Parts: sequence; C-alpha cells; structure tokens
Amino acid sequence: MACAQTTPTVESTKSQASQAWVGRTIPRVEDPPLLCGQGTFVADIAAGDNCLYAAFIRSSVASGRLVSVTAPPGVHLVVAADLTAKPIRPLLLRPEYVPIDMPILADEVVRFVGEPVAAVFGRTQAEAEDAAEQVQVEIDRLPAVVSVADALADGAPLVHPVHFPTDPNVAIDARRETDGFHAAMKAADRRISIQVSCGRQSAMPMEARASHVSIDRSTGRITLTTTAQMPHVIRTGLCDSLGIPEDQLRVVVPDVGGAFGAKQPLAREDVVLIHVARQLGRSVAWIETREENFLAAWHSREQVYQLTGGFSTDGTLLCLQSEITSDVGAYSCYPVTFGVEALMAMNELPGPYACPEYSGHSRAILTNKCPVAPYRGVARPVLTMAMERLMEVAAAELGLGRVEIRLKNVVKEYPHRQATGFVIDPSSHVEALEQAVAATDFDAHARRKEEAAKHGRLLGIGMSVFSESSGFGTSAFAERKMAITPGYEKVQMSFDPSGNVVLRIGASPHGQGLRTTLSQIVADELGVDPSRVRVIHSDTDATPYGWGTFASRSLVIAGGASKLAGAKLREQIKAIAASMLECDARDIRLRDGNAEVTGTSVRVSIDEIARLAHHNSQLLPEGLDVGLDATATYDPKGTFSNSVHVAEVEVDPATGQTTILRYLVIEDAGVMVNPQIVEGQIRGGVAQGIGNALYEELLYDERGVLTTTSLLDFLPPTMAEVPTIEIQHLETISDFTVTGAKGVGEGGTMGAPAAILNAINDALASTGGAVTHVPATPQRVREAIRQAQRGKEESA
Amino acid sequence: MKPAPFDYVQVTSVAEALDALAADPDQSKLLAGGQSLVPMMNFRLARPAVLIDINRADELNGVARDGGRLRIGATTRHLQLQNLGGDDALSSLLRRAAVHIGHLPIRTVGTFGGSLAHCDAASEWCLVARLLDAEISTASRERGVRTIAAENFFQSLFTTAMLPDEMLTAVALPLLDDQHHAGFVEFARRAGDFAIVSAAVLVRTVDGVIRTARVCLGGVSSVPFRSSAAEAVLLGQPWSEDGCAARVSAAAADAAATEVAPTGDMHGSEDFRRDLVRALVPRALAQAADSTRNRMRSR
Repeated sequence: MACAQTTPTVESTKSQASQAWVGRTIPRVEDPPLLCGQGTFVADIAAGDNCLYAAFIRSSVASGRLVSVTAPPGVHLVVAADLTAKPIRPLLLRPEYVPIDMPILADEVVRFVGEPVAAVFGRTQAEAEDAAEQVQVEIDRLPAVVSVADALADGAPLVHPVHFPTDPNVAIDARRETDGFHAAMKAADRRISIQVSCGRQSAMPMEARASHVSIDRSTGRITLTTTAQMPHVIRTGLCDSLGIPEDQLRVVVPDVGGAFGAKQPLAREDVVLIHVARQLGRSVAWIETREENFLAAWHSREQVYQLTGGFSTDGTLLCLQSEITSDVGAYSCYPVTFGVEALMAMNELPGPYACPEYSGHSRAILTNKCPVAPYRGVARPVLTMAMERLMEVAAAELGLGRVEIRLKNVVKEYPHRQATGFVIDPSSHVEALEQAVAATDFDAHARRKEEAAKHGRLLGIGMSVFSESSGFGTSAFAERKMAITPGYEKVQMSFDPSGNVVLRIGASPHGQGLRTTLSQIVADELGVDPSRVRVIHSDTDATPYGWGTFASRSLVIAGGASKLAGAKLREQIKAIAASMLECDARDIRLRDGNAEVTGTSVRVSIDEIARLAHHNSQLLPEGLDVGLDATATYDPKGTFSNSVHVAEVEVDPATGQTTILRYLVIEDAGVMVNPQIVEGQIRGGVAQGIGNALYEELLYDERGVLTTTSLLDFLPPTMAEVPTIEIQHLETISDFTVTGAKGVGEGGTMGAPAAILNAINDALASTGGAVTHVPATPQRVREAIRQAQRGKEESA
Repeated sequence: MKPAPFDYVQVTSVAEALDALAADPDQSKLLAGGQSLVPMMNFRLARPAVLIDINRADELNGVARDGGRLRIGATTRHLQLQNLGGDDALSSLLRRAAVHIGHLPIRTVGTFGGSLAHCDAASEWCLVARLLDAEISTASRERGVRTIAAENFFQSLFTTAMLPDEMLTAVALPLLDDQHHAGFVEFARRAGDFAIVSAAVLVRTVDGVIRTARVCLGGVSSVPFRSSAAEAVLLGQPWSEDGCAARVSAAAADAAATEVAPTGDMHGSEDFRRDLVRALVPRALAQAADSTRNRMRSR
C-alpha cells in the first residue's frame, strides 16, 4: 500500500496518524510536582532570593482628592510623583469607546477603595507592612458614584473628567439592530419580558497575584516573574508605560495557582516594582494579600439584563431586544478594556437560539469601584441566565413545555449565522437537549416534586442550554476593534539529537493541562510517545510571540498550530528515513518511535534520525536543512462547543437554603484530546458557577467601601457544597478547527447559574415567589417567598 | 497579612502563665488554639506585645466528672468534645454543637476556653454555656480564683467579665439526667461557616410535661440570647417521645422571633434572622426529642 504524495494537510494527517494518543485519558504531566509540593510559584522564587518586599498603600476612600502622602524618615516611600512611567491606556477603536487613563499610582485623585497610592518596602513582608502602617495619607473626600443609578443620576459626579458622547459616566454605549427588527417585534403574537441581574464577583484564584523583579547585573536586563496569563502582551504594556524597548524585559510565568481571567490584565503594581528594582539595582517582590486581591485585583459580572422576546403563539422566537448595563468600576483593563463584558453581552445574544431579528443596547458604566476584567465566562454566565429565564417565562406564559420551547428554538442547521454575525459551526443542540431530558427523566420531575410537596418539601429542576464560543482567531478579535488584536498562535517544534521533541508555544497555560494535551497531539503526528515531548511556555525569552491563555483558546489554537508543525516535521523525518532505508518517502510511516516501511519490518528509529539530522548532516538528503525543526501558525475563525446543564435542587422554604441534589452536564467538545482534562475543566467551571449562583458576591456599602474583604464574607463553595457533577459527552466533529477540538474552558461557569436559578424558581413556583438576582442567597429566597406571601395576603 | 512584631513566651503551668500575664496584662494575650487570635493578629486587628502560649500547660486540658458537673479544661480542643463518649443528654449536646465549629483542622486545634474568652456572637460554646448556666473559673495573680456565671460572663461582642490579668482556667457544666432533652441546631451558608443564627434548647420533663425550658439563640444579639417568651410558651406543655406538638414548637418559635431584636448585617438582615429563629427553634426541639429517643433505643 502506497501513501499518496503528501503535503501536510489535515486530511493526510487524519489518515496517517493512528490517533493513538488523542482521545485518551493519560495522567497530566503537570500534576506530580503540584501534588507533591514541588511546584514553583512566584512567592517561592522570592523566598529563595534576598529581595525587598513591597507593600502598597491603598485608598480607603471611594472618591477623593489626594492631599498628601507622607512617611517618617527611614521608610522608603514611592508615590506617583516619583515615577516617570506613563499611565496605562487600553484602547478600543470604536466610536463609542471613551479611553480612560489609569495612572500607575493614584495621582491627585483616588477613584476606588483599594486604588494604590504609594508603595513601601522592607526586607520581609512583615517589615513592609510595618512600614506601610507608618505612612500617612490625607484625602479630601468627594461624593462617590457607587451604583449605576448614582452614575446616571442628574448632576452625578464624573468618575473621570472626560467627554462622554452620550450620558455622563457612560464609557461604552453600543447598539446594534437588524433591519427587520421593528417589523418583527410589531408582528409578534406575544412580547415577553424578563429581567435578571448578577452581583459583583471576584474570580478569586487560590493564589493571589504575585510578582518578582530581578535585574541582570551584566546587561541591566529586567526579568519579571509573575502570575500572568498573557506574558508577551503585558511585556508590551509594561514597556510602553516604562518607555523601554521590549528586548530589555523578560517576562516569565512559573506555576500559577489559578487565574480565571483576573490575571489577564496588566497589573499597575508591576510597573512600580520594575521602577524600584531598576532604581535600586536589586530584586523586589510583591505578594498580594487576599484582602488586596478582593479590593483591587479586578472584579467582574455586575450586570443587569432586560430582555424582550417576540414570540409566535407556537413558541417560535421571532425577535429579541436586549438592554444591558454593566457596572465596570473606575478604570479600563489592559489590553481587553472594560468593553469586554458589555460588548460580549450584546453580541453573543441570543446564545444557541435561532432568532432572525435582534436589537441590542449595551452600556458600560463607570463607578467608583474596583475595575472589572474578564472572569471565566465573561458576560456569558449572565446572558445565558437571561436567555434561559426568558425561555422559562415564555414557556409558562405560552403554555408550552420547558423542553419543547427550547427544542423549537435551538439552532438545528449548521453552519448557522446569527443575527449578530457569529457563525455557529456544526454542533448538537437538539441531541444534547434530548440526552439531558432522558438522563434526568426531566418530564417525570413534576411527579417527584408533587410527592415531596406533600411533606412540605420544595423540589425544583432547571436547565440551561448554551453555546460556548472558543478558539477565536484574529478575524474575530478584529471585529471587536481592539487596538491590540489577539488571535493567532505560533509554535516552534524541534527534535534534539536524542530524539526528544521540544515544543515552544506562545500560549501560557496555568492549570489547563496544555503540556499534556499538546504532547498527545504531537505524539500522534510524529509517532512518538507523549513523554518524549516537552512543552516550553510562559517565558518571553524562550517562546514565539503569542497571546497567552484565556477565552478557551489554547487547546484549539496552540493545539492546531502544534498539529500543523508536527505534520511539517513528519515529512522531514520521512524524507530522511527514506534516504536511510533507500525507499520512497511515500512508503514510510511513523509509529512507536520508528520510521518504518509500510508492510515490512524494515525500520529506523526516530532517535537515530534525529541524531543523524544533527551530527551527520552530510548524510541528509539534498534540500533538507540541518536539524529537525518546524514552525507553524494557526489562526482559526472560532468554534462553538455546546452544552446542556440540568440542576435538581431542594429549597428549604423556612431558611431559603438551596441544596443541589443532582447536577448533570451534557457536553459536546468535539474531539476530546484528553477526556479527563475536559471533565476537569467542566467540573471546575461548574463549581465556580455554583459560587456565582448561590454564594459569592462582592458588596460595597453606601460610601463605596468594599465590605467583603475576606473569605469570611466572600463565600466560594467548598467540597461540601459542590455535588457530584455527572458528565456525558457528545462528539460533533467540526471542520472549523484542524484538530476537531472545541474549547471548553468556560462552559461550566456559563451554564450553572442559569440552570440553578431556573431550578430554584421551579421549586418556588408553588409559593408564587421568584428570584431574579444571583447569587440566590437564602436571604433573597426568603425575601421572594415573603414578598409573594404579602402579595397573596393583600389580594385576599 | 503578617502580624505586627510581638514577643513570644511559652509556659507549662497556670502559675507560670499568671506570672507572665501579670507582668503586662494590657499588652499581653494568651495563645490557646489561636484559631481566632492568629488571624486577627495577621489582619493587625489584634497586636499584643506579648503572646503567652498556654498550650503546654497540661493541667488546662481535659474533661472530667466532678460531682454533678462536667469540668472542661480551658485548652480542651473542640475535637475532644466532639469525640466525647457517653450516652447522656450533655455528651450528645456537646457532640452536636462541636461538629458545627469550623472544619476538622480547626476543631483539632481550637479550644473550648478560647472560644468562651473570645466571646464571638456566633460561638457555639458561648451558646451552650449560656444554655446550661455554665460556671466559668478564672484565675489571676492579683485577684486569685473567681467563678463567674455564664449569665454574667458574656457582656457584649468580644467582651467578657474577665479582666486583662485574668485567664480562663476551666468551665463546669451540669450533668443532665434522663429527664433532660437537649438540642442544638444552626444555620450557616456553607458547611463550617460561622452560624448566622443558632438555637439551643433544653427541656426537663416530668411525667410527660415540660417542667423547665431553656431556649437560647445565637446571632440575634451581641451575646447569647435567652428567649423567656419562648420558654414561657413551652412550660407546662406535654412532651411525648416525639417532643412537643408542632403547634407548640411553632408558637415557641413565633414568640422567640417576636422577642429578639437582631441587628442586620451583610450576612443576614433583621428580617432574615427572625425567619431563621422561626425555622430553627422547632428544629432544635425536634432534635432534642430525637436525641432522647435514639438514646433510649440504643440502651
């Protein structure tokens, strides 16, 4: 059997590789050191270095004029006036975007509680904190904008003294509308409206932010070791601010204890550290405290959605109108800006449902609160909750089944272009719904509920259906009009003379298991064991330029690039093998570490080939370069995975406490490179979604002071609150990605709040109460029940 | 999140502890389990100049029967009480309260005496002490030994009747005979969190009638609250194997919910805390009956 002459294409790859490693659960190579306490985090590096520690002095006032910052002699104090660095100015190239400068340290004005106004230093963290206590900060308090209502009120103070094109404090005021929207809404049989909202949240990584800066004595080059998600990109931002060429700064990311988006933005604190390290010629570290992390390390999610759906009497969604407000805090985050939630919210509606006509209006509103940044799911947990609440309410009002109305409206033909321009690639919305219904006996739940009601127990079941956008390349980000446009990933792959593969990537995994999954992809391409593949990442000196890890992109994009590079390298190996074995390259296949002549036992090991390519280059076939290396770039349009989540809950009517009795996820991630890693992503995401749905909320008081500054007050779910999460897979192969894999990094967080809120409201149906804000805390549930009771008493 | 500088002294007896404390009572703190003190020091909310570690003073640790009382040494760990044997009403009440305290690692270190001395409004042990009219023993170089009734001991949030030079040495609780039925329930957002509201009940019945009743509530005032209104409802009511009638426990709960004057905060509004009182009092009463029933069955 002769193979067809190949150029490295996807088709040839599929027929060539036996797919021995992709699709298998192999243990994560990342785990042993982490589980044995041998991980290396920033604080470990600082502890092993004779560095100074920084402590930041932060504003205790939401809005005010900075009068003075003083410290007694002997305290090394750094204030805004000591810095020459430029403010950080994240940019979107959209007409409605109002650029906002974020100074490195607050200068003249403070805009939120927790904003850094100065830094001090000590030989230990305790000494730095001792020094911080000696700093006197005088601030003249000014009226603060603490809520969206405050921000939009007549005569509201301006969070920033800039020109806002529409209303004061409205930094983004975006609209989009299809031509036929108004006619469709007018023609609809029923117009059904809902409102849902989500409290402010923290991504709350277990490890708070941390940075260590050292200066190379001989060259003066700076190394920043930090907890970043986008090492190459923040290097650009830091160098722009500091006015130094990028070659002078190396950014390294060691092990990271969770990021979830909150470590994506450039940290203004890092600019101060670099400034001081250069000034003193000595290493400086900052290990953020949990309290600082709550105060100042980016918040998320505080959004309100009003949706109106125009339905026909049979339940078909004809058109959708959205009115979205996002409370984005006091500054914009670099590089993605505070447009990230507001714009995604508007553009990704109506989720997985076919809806030809759409009108969206989304505003990002400035307040004197901590700025927001992406957090796993970005807008989609809330927009999914809004869309799924609309489906619940519409089903009830139209007298349709909850499954029926969803089945009627989900996208069924692929690819499907949404009204907002997103193209949904081959997915399995109908199959996922049907499988979820069958697995949970969804329709029979009413009987279980009725039975429980006889004993005074409230049971409920709820679902959420959604598509998860993932793996977006340059073209998708270009549409967002980001001044810095992420998208592609580039990889460099090479063999060393011993036959091991080194893969250098621009993505920056920090818990996702990408070293494992990429090694599986490469192993199949090259016919080697995954243990022979070493992935190098998160070091700007050692990796090709890339965008880091966020937005469920790395496996899709870096994985695609790795597959393409592997295909190129495979052809080089085959050419060398053919020359060594004196046969035609088309007859060679790579398997189990060998290049063998198909159908014979004639083979040569890839190790020998690698050695020859380096040490006996005189024997290489003509036209081949020395060594074995290849570079590939992948830049897909984007792909949608899809899911259905089902939650069964019990609500204690007396206390308002919700207990999750069962949680099921039907997930279609396309080709799963490593099923256990996929399931880990889902479970972790659902746990955070449960936090969003029931427990976690950042609260400010009326003066704009954050009151939830410790883990006594901000309550992530623990193992005791997270139930067993059942997962079933579907596998729709989409040709939108070269590996067939779809991103699944955020789906867990996206589906859980909607499914749980719907389940709670199903349980509360008999009381007449409903909750429309998450977290649906026991107190809120009790308020809903009490309000419904009062309503009944009044009408009686 | 690092404490302000402090000196550390380790003692091996009460006498040594009292000497150390007498040196500078206002600037010194006793370190028992440290489960509240150490976080407060890390937040720099507490900044003692001297930390006197009493964990090696063995005489402070342990539980012993002493006449009609159970004497609990100050550094007895929560877990020791959770693991307490005995099928009497007191042992089972202590076990039921102990399991609510934080998480297992906290219970292995945190102490009974430390909890009373700290006087947190959500403390399980403060509520139990008030429920049972505990007698709290203290000692100081200058004042000698004092015994303070729980009623007078808990004064307000984080404030007890102890003076800065005094240390809590032991607590005596009355043993409970089979006429007693006790229950302890609480509501927290997550397993191991501080209770938002807790309820402890103790009834003594004679010939199927409630002769004495105690209803104590946590989380509705700065110190454990004894609801005389609820107690009045319960007195004289019949008590069967299933406890009191649902109507009676609901009335007691209503009386308690009306009587309390909670302050709302971010963990629970005033209304919500009243709701929880209404929910928890009947559950505490039901648990009291359950626990007696289980005890009788297992004998």
